[in-house]
Formats: sequence, C-alpha cells, structure tokens
Amino acid sequence: MMSDRPLLDVRSVTKMYGCRIGCSSVSFDLWPGEVMGIVGESGSGKSTLLNCLAGHIEVDQGQVFFDTRSEGMKDTLLMSEPERRMLSRTDWAFVHQHARDGLRMSVSAGGNVGERLMAVGARHYGNIRDEAIDWLGRVEIHHSRIDDRPTAFSGGMQQRLQIARNLVTGPRLVFMDEPTGGLDVSVQARLLDLLRSLVREMGLSAIIVTHDLAVVRLLADRLMVMKDGYVVESGLTDQVLDDPQHAYTQLLVSSVLQV
Amino acid sequence: MIKISNLSKHFILHNQNSAVIPVMDQAEFSVAEGECVALVGQSGAGKSTLMRMIYGNYLAHNGAIWIGETNVVGATAREIIDLRRKTLGYVSQFLRVVPRVPTRDVVAEPLLALGEEQTKARRKAEELLSLLNIPEHLWDLSPTTFSGGEQQRVNIARGFVYDYPALLLDEPTASLDVKNRSIVLGLVESAKARGAAIIGIFHDEAARDQVCDRVIDVTQYTPKAA
Amino acid sequence: MNEYNFAYLDEQTKRMIRRAILKGLAIPGYQVPFASREMPMPYGWGTGGVQVSAATLTPKDTLKVIDQGADDTTNAISIRKFFQKTANVEVTEVTKDATVIQTRHRIPETDLSDEQILVYQVPIPEPLRFLEPSEPETRKMHALEEYGLMHVKLYEDISKHGAIATSYAYPVKVEGRYVMDPSPIPKFDNPKMEMSAIQLFGAGREQRIYALPPYTKVVSLDFEDYPFEASKAEHSCELCGSHNSYLDEVIVDDTGGRIFVCSDTDYCSSQQKIIKEAV
Repeated sequence: MMSDRPLLDVRSVTKMYGCRIGCSSVSFDLWPGEVMGIVGESGSGKSTLLNCLAGHIEVDQGQVFFDTRSEGMKDTLLMSEPERRMLSRTDWAFVHQHARDGLRMSVSAGGNVGERLMAVGARHYGNIRDEAIDWLGRVEIHHSRIDDRPTAFSGGMQQRLQIARNLVTGPRLVFMDEPTGGLDVSVQARLLDLLRSLVREMGLSAIIVTHDLAVVRLLADRLMVMKDGYVVESGLTDQVLDDPQHAYTQLLVSSVLQV
Repeated sequence: MIKISNLSKHFILHNQNSAVIPVMDQAEFSVAEGECVALVGQSGAGKSTLMRMIYGNYLAHNGAIWIGETNVVGATAREIIDLRRKTLGYVSQFLRVVPRVPTRDVVAEPLLALGEEQTKARRKAEELLSLLNIPEHLWDLSPTTFSGGEQQRVNIARGFVYDYPALLLDEPTASLDVKNRSIVLGLVESAKARGAAIIGIFHDEAARDQVCDRVIDVTQYTPKAA
Repeated sequence: MNEYNFAYLDEQTKRMIRRAILKGLAIPGYQVPFASREMPMPYGWGTGGVQVSAATLTPKDTLKVIDQGADDTTNAISIRKFFQKTANVEVTEVTKDATVIQTRHRIPETDLSDEQILVYQVPIPEPLRFLEPSEPETRKMHALEEYGLMHVKLYEDISKHGAIATSYAYPVKVEGRYVMDPSPIPKFDNPKMEMSAIQLFGAGREQRIYALPPYTKVVSLDFEDYPFEASKAEHSCELCGSHNSYLDEVIVDDTGGRIFVCSDTDYCSSQQKIIKEAV
C-alpha cells in the first residue's frame, strides 16, 4: 500500500486579502489513501485553504502538485482551464457544505449522478442508469428515488446524493467542506460512517475541513490545526487531539463538550 | 523487537500559565520476541503514558522507541500509521466506538485495513468473538450498548484478530469474570508462543504473574519532584 | 421610390452582419455575437432572420418567406411585403425558384440546391440555456466542448417520458464540435440539415448569428440505446396524398373532426399539380 510519491504536494500556499491573511505558507503532502483533516474556528483560514487547493480561489503564492495519471506530478495552479476543469470532473471531487451548491436541483437524482459519466462520454442510457442505481445504493438512497428531484430529499439524503455524484467517476482525491455541517446528529453519524467505508473501499485520499473535532477523529489520519491563517500544529490525528503541543490546540481540545 | 532508550516526556499546559509537568525521565528497557513484560508502578507513575508514547499517541521529547526497524520518535505520520497497521497492536482500556458499525466489522477492521478479503476477515472476527463468549445475536449490533465487560472483550478481539509482532495491552483483564479472564490470558500466551513482543499493564497480580516474564517498575523513570 | 436603403439596413450595418456571417460559416455551429439593430417589428417576430436576409439580399435575388411551412400566414406575408417595399426584389412561393428563403420553424420539403440560401428565424440560440442559466458559463462550456449537460437533458426526457421527448428544436452536433440549436424546427426536419444550400441562423433579441456551410455534418444527439428518430404523424396528406412530408393537424368541424395536411404549402400544391396532370 506504500506508494513511492505523494498524491498531492502542497508548497507554501498563501492567499492574502489586501493586508489580511487568508492563509499563509501552508505546506504538506498527502499520500494515496490518506485522509487529512483541517480544523480551526471561523476565520482560521481553513475554507480559504481548501478552496485554494481545489483551484476555486487564485493564490498569491505557492504550488499544488498533483500526481496526474498521464503526466506525473503537475502544478495544478499552472494548469490551463480546460485541464483543470477536466481534473475536477474526473480525478478530483468536491463535496460542498450545502448540498445545493454541489447538485443540480432541477435535475433528477439519476441525472445528477449520471452527469459526470455523460460529461466524459457515456452514451448508453441503460448503462448510465444502472450505474446511477448502483451508486445510489452505495450511499443508501433507495433506487425508487432515482427519478426524484433533490428538492424532494431530506438534507442528509441531499448530502449523500452529492457524494454519489462526486464519486461516480472514481476520483482519487476528495475535498470536503464541512460535510456534516447543518445535519442532525444521527444523520451525521450515518454520513460519517458512509464516508469512512467509501474512503476505505475506494482507496480515496481526502482533505476534510471542519470545525468539529469528532468528525476528524473519526475520519482523518492526519490533522492540521489552523488559526488566523496559519497552521499552528500538525501530525497524527489521535496524537494532536490527545497530546496537543500548541497552546491554541490545547484550548480547542479542552473546549469540546464531552457528552 | 521493542527497544526503549533514553525516553523522556513532559507536558506544558499553555493555558494554565504554561505549567510544565515532567512525566518521564530517561526510560530504558527492551522486550524480545516471545516475551511479555509488565509495567508496574503506582497510579499516576506513568504506565499508560509510556504505553501511549510507544504507540505514538503521545509525543516523546527525546530518546528513541524502536519497534523492529522503526523509531516511533520522529517518525512521520505515515510511518506510524503503517506501523500500527502491520506491526504494532494496541488494546486500550476503552473501546472507542464508531457509531453504527456492527461488532463483527469492528473486530474485522484491522484485517480489512490490511487488504484481507471481507469474508475471511469476518470469519476470523467471528472465531474470536465466539472464543470470547460474545453471543452470536450481538455480532450484527453496534457495541455502543454493550456492557463494560462485553465492550472490553470486543476490544480484545479486535486487538488479537491480526497476529501483530508487537502488542500493547492496557488492563486487558479488567471488568472480566474468571472464565473470560482465563481465555484472554490464553490469547496472550498464544501470541507469545508465536513470537510476539508484548508489553502489558495488569492491575490483577495473578494475571500478571501468569503471563509475564518480567516486570518493569516505571517509578524508576518518574522524574523526582523538584 | 422608397426612402429606405436597399433592404432597409444601412451599408455599414450590412457589412457588420456579413462579417458575422462569414465568421459563422468559418466556424460551423458557433454562435457569433452581433449588434442587432432596431427593426420595424418587435423582438420575437423574426428580427434576426430579417437582418440576416437584409444583409444577404442583392437586387437580383428572388425571395420566398415561409412561416411554419406556409407562404400565406400573416407573418410570412408581412415580411415578404417588407422586402418588396425596401428592396424591390422578386418574390415567389415556389421553393425551387427562390434564391433566398427566410423561414420560421420549418425546412422546405423540396431539396435545396447549392444556389440557394436558407435563413432561419431563431428565438433562443443557446441549446444549453434551460439547464444552465449563466451566459458566461455556457460560453465556457462551448469553448471547452463540455456538453455532458446536453445529454443530461435527454436522459431526463427518457426517464420522465420513456423516450426523448424533445420534438422540436432538437439539439445537434455540428462537424463533431459545436452543439447547436437548429431553431424550433420539428425533429423530423433535422436530417434535412445536411444539404447543398447555405444555412444562416439569426437571433435578433439574443444578438447571435450562426451558420452551416453546404454539406456540413449535422448529427442529432441521442443515446446508443435510444437512437434519434425523425418522426412525424402516422398519416398522409389529405390533399396531395404524400406520406413523406411533415403534416399539420387541422380541426375541420365542431365535433373534433380533423384532417392532416402538408405543412409546406408549396410542396403540397406542387404535389397536387402532379397528380392532376397524371390524371
């Protein structure tokens, strides 16, 4: 399972908003099958960082090398737009906090899941539909809902649909922005469990931004703690949470209410 | 197999006026294959801390922790994850439960993480669960609602489902009745017999005497109060 | 004599439109923006087609104007009269005698030759508009050839209706590159788009012109297991007996009686003439 090079190699990514720091000099690498959690409170820069990595925001400095299938390590920030769009439709996936941002609300569930397949050339209706049904099953949406619009789904179902839509082309890297935000606690548990098994089954690498330490404990192998745009601590998830070194991390961990 | 040398640790509590709490000073010992060593010392002496440091759960500040060819001190996260998957097992005092996952899968997980085929992994898990007297009707349920003793046995099953070359056991027989205690000790004996290096914490002296070849008193490594 | 410049538009405007047409012919199926002028008819009444015809007409041309296949509807008559007044060109109802044919929502049944130009009136030129409301986004999709969404629309049709329900304005792929809206012609007419004549498309309100040079490859989008069918009503024309032409359904009485007749009036009358002469 040990590969000889990282899937993602991030170097000194910096984003400034005037003189305000969005994120500053963030570097790390991510290997195949690894899940990296990024935690911090509001304003920590974690969402900014995620969007910089995914190419949604332009950075001021830095490089984001990705191990492309055809050309080896390439700096995605220097890619042409068609290349980057293709990447984000095939090898990459982005799960938004609000399912509405990641779904086409006026298109049926099956159409949502099938879109990425059709975008890369699938032209057989029956096969597309079968794959959509398969994926809906994997995210625990009953196949009878395949023709329903996401507007008829609960929040948790919409989120699961978003995941299916993203994973159908077998991406290797998934970005997640507060994937359980806004969901009921029991729904969160179900979603996290699903994400765990999908990550393991598909050998996915993932970068998950969240303010919820329980989510990272469950899903992430490694953790970065951000404050005011800087990474203040990073390491093995259980080590950072059980033996935090930095003052801020200690504060964060001790502030979590135990149930 | 396991070699600890010059290991030290302190905690700095930044939010309490940066209070420094030294917990370990120059610990030194090793454990050979097939050996089982018990950590002893009064409560608070640092037994669990030491175990957690060996597992990489706590950061050591200097020294070395060799598990086979890997030094946990200074290892990258990837290396430690790999070590935990293939080489170093840990049965803690508490079962940290992932919601909704059935007991059978909780136990099978270390094998699945190694790429073992699902049916085989589950069968091995079932063997251990039977051995540890967890009734079959519980295998599909999540262990969240189990009794303390049942949870502990699930925890142990998970720790023994794969033949780790090195094992850390933190109070493996606590909350167990006589019958189950002896089964667990039997598992420890088999692990020793196949060459595993084991470090254990046992409050139960009889259990300790039964399976451990030697005892290490961690009090000798506890820093003296200034 | 009239006070208008030939065919109403000033020469500079015609040059601008001709440049757009040339660009459109050079990039078949690509929507070229143009500065649509104020015309003496409101938007939605064929201003795009009229501007393209005005820029294309020369004094020697013979013009035919049809609306849903018929030369005698109000709109067809108005536009024909407009060009008679402003350009003083010959007009005709006979397809094979025309050199420029302006049409709304149909392609003539009679095959066109390489001496003819067909000008279509287009309401919404953007085939992706209903699924993607953002113009910058659809432009990008065309530029990057990202047409998955088009198939999503067809997928939705099949899942809702059991078949691709789009019966007019059926999207096509041009020369394997651009996806185009052929204007609201019935899908029955799509195969005709591979023809010898030049085809020009004008959308006045949306300010776009696009074009197909002769013999351009035009393929209607479909799925492998739901192939495109150029279907029409299962009847023949009541008046001329043709089974091959597209039919209009006409209610003839108050009890719901109906007949089917050719939508292309010129085609129908020429077929009727052939039958009469044969007798």
